[in-house]
Amino acid sequence: MTSVLQKDAGKFSLAKKVVAQKGNKKWRHNNLMGYLFISPWLIGFFTLTLIPIAASLVLSFTKYDILSGDVEWTGLENFRRMFYDDPRYWRAVRATVKFAFISVPLKLLFALLVAELLYNARRLVGVYRAVYYAPSIVGGSIAVAVMWRQIFASKGLINEFMLDAGLERKLWLFDIKYAIWTLILMAVWQFGSPMLIFLAGLKQIPSEYYEAASIDGAGTVSKFTRITLPLLTPVIFFNLVMQLIFSFMTFTQAYVVSGGTGRPLDTTLFYSLYIYIRSFGVGANMGYGSAMAWVMLVVIATFTGVIFLSSRFWVFYDTAEN
Amino acid sequence: MSNQTLARVYRNYRKNITSTIRSIIFYPMHAYRTYYHQMKRVINNIIFHPADAYRMYGKHVRHAMRGLVFHAIVIAFGFVMIYPLIWMLASSFKGESEIWTETSSLIPNELNLDNYRSGWKGFAGISFTTFFKNSLWVSGVSTLASVFSSAIVAYGFARIRFTGKKFWFAVMLSTMMLPSQVQLIPQYILFSKLDWINSYKPLIIPRFFGMPFFIFMMVQFIRGIPIELDEAAEIDGCSRAGIFFRIILPLIKPALGTSAIFAFYWSWDDFLTPLIYLNDPRKYTVSVALRNFADPSSVTNWGAVFAMGILALVPVFLLFILFQRYMVEGISTTGLKG
Repeated sequence: MTSVLQKDAGKFSLAKKVVAQKGNKKWRHNNLMGYLFISPWLIGFFTLTLIPIAASLVLSFTKYDILSGDVEWTGLENFRRMFYDDPRYWRAVRATVKFAFISVPLKLLFALLVAELLYNARRLVGVYRAVYYAPSIVGGSIAVAVMWRQIFASKGLINEFMLDAGLERKLWLFDIKYAIWTLILMAVWQFGSPMLIFLAGLKQIPSEYYEAASIDGAGTVSKFTRITLPLLTPVIFFNLVMQLIFSFMTFTQAYVVSGGTGRPLDTTLFYSLYIYIRSFGVGANMGYGSAMAWVMLVVIATFTGVIFLSSRFWVFYDTAEN
Repeated sequence: MSNQTLARVYRNYRKNITSTIRSIIFYPMHAYRTYYHQMKRVINNIIFHPADAYRMYGKHVRHAMRGLVFHAIVIAFGFVMIYPLIWMLASSFKGESEIWTETSSLIPNELNLDNYRSGWKGFAGISFTTFFKNSLWVSGVSTLASVFSSAIVAYGFARIRFTGKKFWFAVMLSTMMLPSQVQLIPQYILFSKLDWINSYKPLIIPRFFGMPFFIFMMVQFIRGIPIELDEAAEIDGCSRAGIFFRIILPLIKPALGTSAIFAFYWSWDDFLTPLIYLNDPRKYTVSVALRNFADPSSVTNWGAVFAMGILALVPVFLLFILFQRYMVEGISTTGLKG
């Protein structure tokens, strides 16, 4: 009796061992296959993202001239110069912050209003959506940036309208008061992608909520502020983060509209443009450019972090639905 | 005819407005007979029993008016939105003097193709044929590379269990928010050390390593495919690679398509990368060429600039018109930047 039991136990443990070995083998095989499949991204991540970012941090403490290849360790000199000795740097920061903090809220506001408008349309939604999205689809291109410059040129479209309205021509692109507003207007004009995301968000809200509110006698406005807005906060949050990051990185439009210089008087000298000028322009110093890029990374990370932390207080997740 | 019946007829008439229009076009006599009597009754009602008529039709009329006002607002605002684009298109057909004398007109006096002819000649003896060829080559290869490599990576993340999967996936998602400027300078130094400057390698080769946005979208898509399909294939002796090529790849075609559209579009519109890496005008892509072509210090022929601008937008517009549904879906579900 005992011997049979022992024999059985032995059999079982052997079986267990086989299973375990098989499992181990399968686990190892899976690990190998997993890393094999993600290897393209993994290699790219190390060679094109992680190492360059680390290298950029090291470079930011040096003076690097790409033409001669001279690297000179300067410690915190780049950062000191940036914060205390480079008035252009602060003008670039001002222009970028002004651009981001005006264009992003306006853009999101328009996107939300138009999404709400289109959400209520029964017919022709597809056509309207295409029309409102068209500026965004072409907006990042050089062709449209060039067109924008010509619209606000001294003999351009806007001045033509000004003359028709009995007003004087204005040099929009060369006036320190107006130049940045042409870029803000262009950014707001391209509210297409947040609009589409809002539209998708609006469709997620169950119609029962609105019906119930109607029965309780809620009007259009209170329905919007009490149902739509709270339920849309996750989408607003997402759009806010993405658009803020994109607007901090704006380059093409500023480069074309300002002729690559950030004129007039650096009022359109966006941060990315200034990095480009300092790293690839005349007398380029890639160390300085790297230092600026790293400050940008830290600032964007901080902003994103702050929005994430604050989201606890204003983003509403509908737990009942999940 | 009682008021109730009349109201029903009217409601039907409103509901079936499309069939009404169809019947008016294809069966005019029948439509005339039907609607003549209906309309006569409605008009009679309005004239002889205005109070009843108001009670019956008032709501419908107000509703219709509201719809009309709504559509008028949406259309007017939409017109303002695309006005600059229409203006650019119109200007590209205007003659040399017309551009300056009739700046704001949206309809050119004649369809003048001179701008296209002179613009196509390009600058420095290089025509736009070269630039378009360059752009098509760069965008085409980048698109294929990024979509295929992203699909491979997405399969790994979506279907294989391996140590550290969650960690790497989170890392990948976080790289989506990384400002590209930080990588720009060291990448430039790396590529110049590899002697890749003034070639298409810096524009194309990074695309072979998958793109986080596409990987994310495809992972979501693959997760929606029942795993039983994979398991059945595995039992039948299909390898991992076989499952990927024969089962997953054909099933995620919509996600591949959406990624391809965006990959092409981004690559076509990219300006900073070719601006930094390409020095030889012969190698310029359309966007860099256009910016040089439109250099305000040298250009006087703005019609030609607009014409080339319009041509540069054609591929993007074609993609948008043909695949609008996929693009809208891609943006709505993953927040891809359009």
